[in-house]
Amino acid sequence: MSGYFRTSYSDDVALLQTRMQKVWLALFLLALCVYPFLAGPLWLDLGNQVFLGSIGAVALMLLTGYAGQISLGHAGLLAAGAFTTGILFKEFGATPWVTLPASAAVGALLGLIFGLPSLRLRGLYLAVSTLALHFIVTFLGGEYEAKRGFSTGIVIDSPIGSALGWYFALVAAAAAALLVALNLLRSRTGRAWRAIHGRETVAAALGISVQRAKLSAFVVSSTLTALAGCLFAYYRGFVSAEAFSLYLTIQYVAMIIIGGMGSILGAVLGTVFVVLFPYAIDGGMRLLGVADRLSSVVFAVNYAAFGLVMIVFLVFEPQGLVGLWRRIRNWFLLWPFKQRPLAK
Amino acid sequence: MQLAVNIAVLAAIYALICCGYVLIYRVSRVLSLAHGELMMLGAYGLYATASLFEGHPLLALAAAAALAVMVGVAVYLALMWRMTGESVLAAVLATIALGILLRGAMILVFGTQTRYPLRDLGWSNASLPVFGGARISAVGLALVMTTAIVYAGLFAFLRWTRWGIRMRAAGQHPLLAAQRGIGLHGVYALAWGLATLTGGIAGMLIACDAGLEGTLVIIGLKAFPAALVGGLDSLLGALVGSVVVAAAEVLLIHHVDSLLSDVVPFAMLLAMLAVRPWGLFGSREELDRV
Repeated sequence: MSGYFRTSYSDDVALLQTRMQKVWLALFLLALCVYPFLAGPLWLDLGNQVFLGSIGAVALMLLTGYAGQISLGHAGLLAAGAFTTGILFKEFGATPWVTLPASAAVGALLGLIFGLPSLRLRGLYLAVSTLALHFIVTFLGGEYEAKRGFSTGIVIDSPIGSALGWYFALVAAAAAALLVALNLLRSRTGRAWRAIHGRETVAAALGISVQRAKLSAFVVSSTLTALAGCLFAYYRGFVSAEAFSLYLTIQYVAMIIIGGMGSILGAVLGTVFVVLFPYAIDGGMRLLGVADRLSSVVFAVNYAAFGLVMIVFLVFEPQGLVGLWRRIRNWFLLWPFKQRPLAK
Repeated sequence: MQLAVNIAVLAAIYALICCGYVLIYRVSRVLSLAHGELMMLGAYGLYATASLFEGHPLLALAAAAALAVMVGVAVYLALMWRMTGESVLAAVLATIALGILLRGAMILVFGTQTRYPLRDLGWSNASLPVFGGARISAVGLALVMTTAIVYAGLFAFLRWTRWGIRMRAAGQHPLLAAQRGIGLHGVYALAWGLATLTGGIAGMLIACDAGLEGTLVIIGLKAFPAALVGGLDSLLGALVGSVVVAAAEVLLIHHVDSLLSDVVPFAMLLAMLAVRPWGLFGSREELDRV
């Protein structure tokens, strides 16, 4: 064992527990600051995508990984944030200082609506109702596009011009989302979410209002997601209903599965994996020398490989990358033994 | 009158697809979101056998049906049996992953252009007059008749045959059924085989009517609300739900806006979930958590 013992409650809930963790965090932050100056344009864009994606993935992790509420409507929520931004920009020429809070408000409202079925429904039925809401939100977005004559999509001017500027803005946004999530999880709200995930009856017996915990999980998660959608709209400079297909939801769900359920680190790792995956596939195809032959169906190769990876993780490593990492770490910590001692 | 015929054809399509959802859910409590893709695979199976057995359309149809059953059983044996006993979320996600894998693989193997299996079979799609001046396409008529035959067959199968009774028992209480000597894996594999067969037949017929292309998957997904409106564990419910959803869809498209076609089933699904989550004919149940 590592030889670190917590002796007080404040130790127990501290975000950074040992000096080593502080050192590692400082090194990591330094690396984040240096990265954009060393990376080429492609890698800078990938970094931006990771930070953008991790906001949505953390939001979904809070809802599904911690509070245990299945949602298949994540793309719908992203679309809601993006379309709020697009519509406000087109109709009123709104600045980001207006569209960001407006997206958050729309997200919160939709979270309430998405969450209402959860009070009566569980498991499968909840997944289905959120799926239905996804179709309805993207339909409304498409209707707006069609009726106002933006049939190919809404073009938005980005307030930040350079990729470097975007990098630091997105790092700040992702860090803020992470801090909010981590702090919520060690508060009463986060403990209530974990309790209703464990068993609702017991949670109610412990004095937790199950309805409130469920609704707050939905509202917090959708607000964060809608904010991510707003940033997504500005980053791409373009909003269109086609961008928010069911495949996007599947990608976000894959992020939290591949990363590892019930872990914020997992959400971030999963995002890195999912964002880099298509490029890894592309590189692999080029190595095998089939890139030219398959160039017209690259997306199909991505689909197939993506499905395969999800299945492999679901079947062989349900704890995801975090589980893998924990197993490796324990192997080294416990060496030469295989298991923790049964009795202290 | 033409509206009534349109409703009947759409209801038959939905009902034929729905019974796959219902079979799998009723027997193993798993919702298969890969059903649209399996349906499309069945249609591609027909496309492949049609060129293989050129000049023998009936032989091609039989071979395609046999292929569909095998695909369903293979899906269970290769993937879904590992998911028995896992949480609802894990099983649903596994079917989603399977769906996207199949979609990619099908594009890689068969390409993206629209195929016309009916032409390959050497038949044509005549337009037949029915009562009251309305017209129905030959394939549409075949769809309605196939749906009737499939449902009659399934009712009889579940009611009277040994394997049908085993399937109902496994659906009611897996543990008790297993203790009475029913091999659950066999029953589940059969359910997947039958579901893929009916879905595959639906896919084949739709492909014959409108051509075989990627939108088939959307039709598969749109049929799902019909199953839920009727009640996910009731075959009779699937039939009634299909008629209700198809009628609402056709009438709204006709009288309001043709763009509504993609959302009407889902809006009905939400309305149903708010009022009566277990559907018109389903049984109330305590649902699993994640």
